[in-house]
Amino acid sequence: MNTTATPVAEPLNDTLRDWQKQIRECAAHASPLRIAGAGSKHFYGHAVQADAVLETAKHQGVIDYEPTELVVTARCGTPLAEVEALVAKNGQMLAFEAPHFGGGATVGGAVATGLSGPRRMAVGALRDFVLGASLLDGRGDLLHFGGQVMKNVAGYDVSRLMVGALGTLGVVTQASLKVLPVSRTELTLRFNLNAPDALKWLHARLNLPLPISASAWHADALMVRLSGAEAAVSAARKSLGGDEMPEAVAQAHWNALRHQQHNFFAIAANEQLWRLSLPTTTHNLLPEFAQWIEWNGAQRWLRVTADQDVAATAKLIRQAAHQAGGHATLFRASADWQNQVGVFHPLAPAMATLQNKLRHQFDPAGIFNRGCFGSLHSV
Amino acid sequence: MVSLIENEVQADMTSPGVSDKVFVTTAAVREQLMMALSAMLPADAMLSRPEELRPYECDALSAYRVLPMLVVLPYTEAQVIHVLKCCHRMGVPVVARGAGTGLAAGALPHDQGVVLSLARFNKILALDPQACTATVQPGVRNLAISEAAAPYGLYYAPDPSSQIACTIGGNVAENSGGVHCLKYGLTVHNVLRIRVVTIEGEVVEIGGGAPDHAGYDMLALLIGSEGMLAVTTEVTVKLVPKPQLAVCIMASFNDVVKAGNAVADVIAAGIIPAGLEMMDGPTVAAVEDYLHAGYDLKAAAILLCESDGTPDEVAEEVARMRAVLEHSGATDIRVSRDEAERLKFWAGRKAAFPAAGRLSPDYYCMDGTIPRKRLGEMLQAISGMEEKYNLKCINVFHAGDGNLHPLIMFDANIPGELERTEAFGNEILTLSVALGGTITGEHGVGLEKINAMCVQFANDERTLFHRIKQAFDAEGLLNPGKAVPTLHRCAEFGRMHVHHGQLPHPDLPRF
Ligand SMILES: Cc1cc2nc3c(=O)[nH]c(=O)nc-3n(C[C@H](O)[C@H](O)[C@H](O)COP(=O)(O)OP(=O)(O)OC[C@H]3O[C@@H](n4cnc5c(N)ncnc54)[C@H](O)[C@@H]3O)c2cc1C
Repeated sequence: MNTTATPVAEPLNDTLRDWQKQIRECAAHASPLRIAGAGSKHFYGHAVQADAVLETAKHQGVIDYEPTELVVTARCGTPLAEVEALVAKNGQMLAFEAPHFGGGATVGGAVATGLSGPRRMAVGALRDFVLGASLLDGRGDLLHFGGQVMKNVAGYDVSRLMVGALGTLGVVTQASLKVLPVSRTELTLRFNLNAPDALKWLHARLNLPLPISASAWHADALMVRLSGAEAAVSAARKSLGGDEMPEAVAQAHWNALRHQQHNFFAIAANEQLWRLSLPTTTHNLLPEFAQWIEWNGAQRWLRVTADQDVAATAKLIRQAAHQAGGHATLFRASADWQNQVGVFHPLAPAMATLQNKLRHQFDPAGIFNRGCFGSLHSV
Repeated sequence: MVSLIENEVQADMTSPGVSDKVFVTTAAVREQLMMALSAMLPADAMLSRPEELRPYECDALSAYRVLPMLVVLPYTEAQVIHVLKCCHRMGVPVVARGAGTGLAAGALPHDQGVVLSLARFNKILALDPQACTATVQPGVRNLAISEAAAPYGLYYAPDPSSQIACTIGGNVAENSGGVHCLKYGLTVHNVLRIRVVTIEGEVVEIGGGAPDHAGYDMLALLIGSEGMLAVTTEVTVKLVPKPQLAVCIMASFNDVVKAGNAVADVIAAGIIPAGLEMMDGPTVAAVEDYLHAGYDLKAAAILLCESDGTPDEVAEEVARMRAVLEHSGATDIRVSRDEAERLKFWAGRKAAFPAAGRLSPDYYCMDGTIPRKRLGEMLQAISGMEEKYNLKCINVFHAGDGNLHPLIMFDANIPGELERTEAFGNEILTLSVALGGTITGEHGVGLEKINAMCVQFANDERTLFHRIKQAFDAEGLLNPGKAVPTLHRCAEFGRMHVHHGQLPHPDLPRF
C-alpha cells in the first residue's frame, strides 16, 4: 500500500514545486534561505543571514473549515485576520489569540513564532491548538504530519514541534488548527492595585474554578476578563468586586495589548522590550523597570532604557528570570543589542546538543533562517 | 561486539530506518552486563530467572509475548543512568516499562534486551496547591496524583479508563487521553515539565514551571514518543480546580447515525461538554447484563454528555444540551439528579471492557480516530466487517473527539480467530485513515500498529521519524522495532496487501 491518505494533505502544486526547487538549490550549495511571510514578526529573533528569500505570503487560502469538527486548515500565507473572521462568522475563534503585530500577519508566521495572546492561561497556547501540518524540510521533501482530528498519536508529534521553531525545521506550508466556540458572555473588571497587590490578588485565585480568561496589570491598574456561560460570569462578577469596564473600552484594551499597540510597546531607539516567561506564582520581579504583567503573572513585559551598561542589565534580567524558574527574551531591540546580549535564553548544554542534532536531521545543510536563534544553536 | 546489522538490506547512518536492526546478546555479554549492573543495582533490583521474567513478558495486549533477557527495577535516577550507560556501551536494547497497561505492545520486551521498570519510582515529590502543579516520579499511578491533589480541591485532568493502574510515565510516553479530554486536553496539554535520561545516560530537563521555553518545543516531541527517545524520570503536571458540580445527561437514540449526528449538533451549538461518550446497542446490552444499572435496552445507541462548573453554569448548559439532544431525535433523556446517579451513568461506560470480557474469551480493542461526521459511515462499515470476518464487534467511542474503540470479540483458542481478528482490526484502521482520521487516537502504535503506520504515512514521513530517533538514539537501542516501521517492513507489507488486486475501499477518495 503506497498510497497515504492524510486528509487534506497539501498536494504538490506549482508553488510548492518552485519552493522545492529553491530549497534544493540552496541545500546543494549550503546557501542560507530566509523564509518570509508578511514581515509582521520580522523583528523577532536574531537577524537572519540569507542569500535568498522564500516568500510565503502569496500561498493563501483556507483549504477546509468544518465548524462541527472544530478545525480550520489554511495555507501558510493566509492572513490570520481572514481565518479569524471566517471562524467568527460561525461563532468560533482561534482561542490562543495570536498577536498580529501588524497588517497581514500570516498563519505560517504565527505558527513559526508560536506566540499566544491574553487568553493563553485559560485555554492554552498556539501549540496546544495545532492538529496537523504540511512542511517542506531542508531536503525539499513535502511531508504531512498529524491531521484534522483532535486525537492522534501516530508517530512523533512533528506538527507541534514546528511551533516556535522560527522556520528552522522547515517551511510550514499548511496548518490545521483547532477552533473553539466564542464565549457566550464576556466582561472585564478593573481593580486599582499596585503590582505586588495585583499579583497577590491573582495568585490567591489560581486554584479556584473561576472563569478568568485574561489578566493584565499596568500602572497600578489590574484588568481581569471573565468569559464563559452567563451564569458563571455573573456569579464571578459578584464575588470578585471591582469596576466593570464598558464593553467597547475593554475590547479595545485587550486588542491593543494582544497586538502591542499600547504606547508602552512602542520603544524608542535607546530602549529595549524584554519578555519574561515565569512560573505564575513568581513574586514581583525587577520593580525598577516599567512593566505589563499578563497571564496571571506568567508573562511580564519590561521596558528598559538602555543608557546604562546593556550587558549588565541583560544579565540582571536573565538571572532574575532564571532564578524564578523561567526565562527572558530580548523581544524588541536594535540588531546591535540583539547581537551583543543574545535574544534568547541560553540552553543547558545537553539540551543545546539535542536541539542541534534535531535541527541537523530536518535541515542538514542548515539553510533555513540561519542565525535566527543566535548562539542558541550552533548553526 | 554484540549488535550486528542485518546484511540483507544495509542499515546505514545516512538513511536511518531502512531495515530492522537485529540484536544478538551472547551469553558472555549477558554475564558482563549483569556484572556491570550489579556495581550499582542491589540484588533485588535485577531479575533474571525465567519465572521472575514471566510477569514482564507482555503488556495489556497479551496476544504478543516475549520473554526479556533481563528485568531491572532501579530505585534511583543514578541507577537508571547506570543501566542506560551500560546497555549503551554493550549495545543491548532497553524497553522502559510503567504499569504494563499499554494496549499496543509498546512495553513488549526485546528477547535480547533489558526491561527497565519504573515501578519503584512511585513517589509524589512535590505538590504546590497555589501554583496548581505536582511533581512526581514516573511510576506514580495516574489516579494517585488526583488523590493527592483532592484535599486542595484540585485534580489531574487526563483520566484514562486505566487510571487506577497506569503510570504517569506511561501516560507521557503514550500521550494518553480520557473521557474528559474534549474539554481538558490530553497529556500533552497537561504536562509542564519532564526530566529524561537519554540512552547515553545524559540527563535533560525539558519544559518547566514557565508557560514556554527557549528553543524548540521538545516537550511536544517527547510526549507520545512511546519510550523511543528517552526514559522519563520525573514529571511535573498541571492540576486544575475541581468543578463544584458535574451533571451527566444520558440520551437514547433509535439509530446510531442519529446519535452520531447529535454529537456534531452539540458541538455546532457552541458547547464543549466535559465528556461526550457513545455506546452502541450491543455494548449497552453487554453492560446492562453485567451491571444492571438500568440502561435503556431499546436504544440503538446511548450518548453520555457531561457538563461541569458552578451550579448555575451547569444548569444553564444542561438546559442547552438537552434542547439540542431533543432536537437531534433523542428518544429518551435522563439527567443525573445527584453524584451517585452520575457515577451510575458512567459506570456502564467504564465497565465496557470487563463487560466485553464476559461476552467472549478474548476481545481486541481498536483505537482509530475519525472526523465526527464520518461516525455513521464507520459504524455501517464495521457491521459489514462483522459479517465478512464472522466476528462480533461492540462499539464504544470517545464520540466528542471522534476516537473509536471497537471491541472485536474472539476466542484465541479457536485456530484462525486471532488472525481474522487482526485482519478485521486492520481493516478498521485502514478505513479510519481513508475517512480522514488516524490509526491511533490514544493507545499508541507500539508493535501492534506497526504495519498500519505504513498506511498512515508515506516513506518520506517515516524516514523523518527515523531521523528524529537518530538524533536521540543513534544506535536504535531504546524500544527497538516499535512505533515506526522500517522502510523494508512497509515494502514487505505493501507487497503482501496489494497483490490481492486492489486497495481496500477503492471507491473512497484517497486525496
Ligand atoms: C482497561 C484499559 C483501559 C484503558 N483506557 C485508556 C484510556 O481511556 N485512554 C488511554 O489513553 N489509554 C487507555 N489505556 C491504555 C494504557 O493504560 C495507557 O496507554 C497508559 O498510558 C499506559 O501506561 P503504563 O504505565 O501502563 O505504561 P506501559 O504499558 O508500561 O508502557 C507504555 C509505553 O510507555 C513506555 N514507557 C513507560 N514508562 C516510561 C518511562 N518512564 N519513560 C519512557 N517510556 C516509558 C513503554 O516503553 C511503552 O512504550 C487503557 C488500558 C487498559 C488495559
